[in-house]
Amino acid sequence: MTAPTAAPSIPATGRWPWFGAFALLSLIGAQALGLLTSPADRDMGHLQKIMYVHVPAAWMTFVAFFVVLVASLRYLMTREERHDLLAASAAEVGAVLNGLTLALGMIWGRPTWGVWWTWDARLTSTLVLFLIFVGYLALRGFVDERDRRAQWSAAVGILGAINVPIVYMSVKWWRTLHQLQSSPSTVDPVYVLSLRANAFAVLFVTIYFIRRRYEAACIARVAEWRREAFALGGTSGQ
Amino acid sequence: MTASTTARTRRRRGAGIAIAVLVAAFAWMVFGGLDKNVVFFLTPAELAAKGNDGYEVPVRLGGQVKPGTIKWDDRTRDLRFAVTDGSGEILVHSTGAPPQMFRDGMGVVVEGKYGRDGVFRSSSLMVKHSNEYRAPKAGERPQDMYKTLMQGGKT
Repeated sequence: MTAPTAAPSIPATGRWPWFGAFALLSLIGAQALGLLTSPADRDMGHLQKIMYVHVPAAWMTFVAFFVVLVASLRYLMTREERHDLLAASAAEVGAVLNGLTLALGMIWGRPTWGVWWTWDARLTSTLVLFLIFVGYLALRGFVDERDRRAQWSAAVGILGAINVPIVYMSVKWWRTLHQLQSSPSTVDPVYVLSLRANAFAVLFVTIYFIRRRYEAACIARVAEWRREAFALGGTSGQ
Repeated sequence: MTASTTARTRRRRGAGIAIAVLVAAFAWMVFGGLDKNVVFFLTPAELAAKGNDGYEVPVRLGGQVKPGTIKWDDRTRDLRFAVTDGSGEILVHSTGAPPQMFRDGMGVVVEGKYGRDGVFRSSSLMVKHSNEYRAPKAGERPQDMYKTLMQGGKT
């Protein structure tokens, strides 16, 4: 295939570094709030504080993969490259958060459950979600041709995002070792406040990372476009 | 002109198929395509109800540790307790130290085999934590925490 006639545009960084600083500060503040104000849980002691990263990371995994879903659908409808690059950026961030969710869950599970891992519906479906999006990122690395990469990625991204509601509902649909979703009625207010603060902080961090990875993806795409244009003997790429 | 129209039609068809797959997948999930009987563990009543089929096969049993039934021998590392779900009750024999949160009234899942002598021989013991997070209060009974424990997977 030939390279597109025009180079993809790189979005301006603008004030995003300031938003990044705000996201980082809010994360530090929310973590400090959680670590300093929460009393030890009557069963778990201070192990409970893993909740302040594990739960927001799990929620933002869902948010990131929802962005993949929407961007992939928009790519298929419009065939505009920017949607494909946004989907890839959200998938990267989502995969990292998904891995973090699994790792922290295991660290919490070993002292609480007595095992690092077990094959119940929640844990298994979360691992499958992680593997799908690791596969999504690997797929992007394997395909050199732009249109095919974008189309195949969109298909895998949509199929992967279908698993998000399965992961969320798994504890309700099946009997699992993992507990049900907590709610303010099952969690003391002193923990709820810290959890909410951390959820917002991790949301800001997620938005920031998706945005900056999107800028990086656009820069990488321009570099690829220039290489292709050069290889085809065209103008050296404006 | 015709070429771009064809491309647009094909594009629409691709997006249409993607949306159709999405809608079909969600409908399948919501309207019971997923097997509700996939359970991580059986309750004591369910295991007892299996009768002869329940004996001497690898199975997971889950419920609450019946308060007052724990017998732990430090020297032989021998642990016995009863698992209950409110209606049924099964005696469990396990060896080795249990997880640190194991105690009266706690949710547990044990892996092993149910013997014909009525004792469940456990090879692995896991503690099932509820979705409750509470600061300790004076005079509060920890057993009250596990009322939502058995909720998941109930149809």
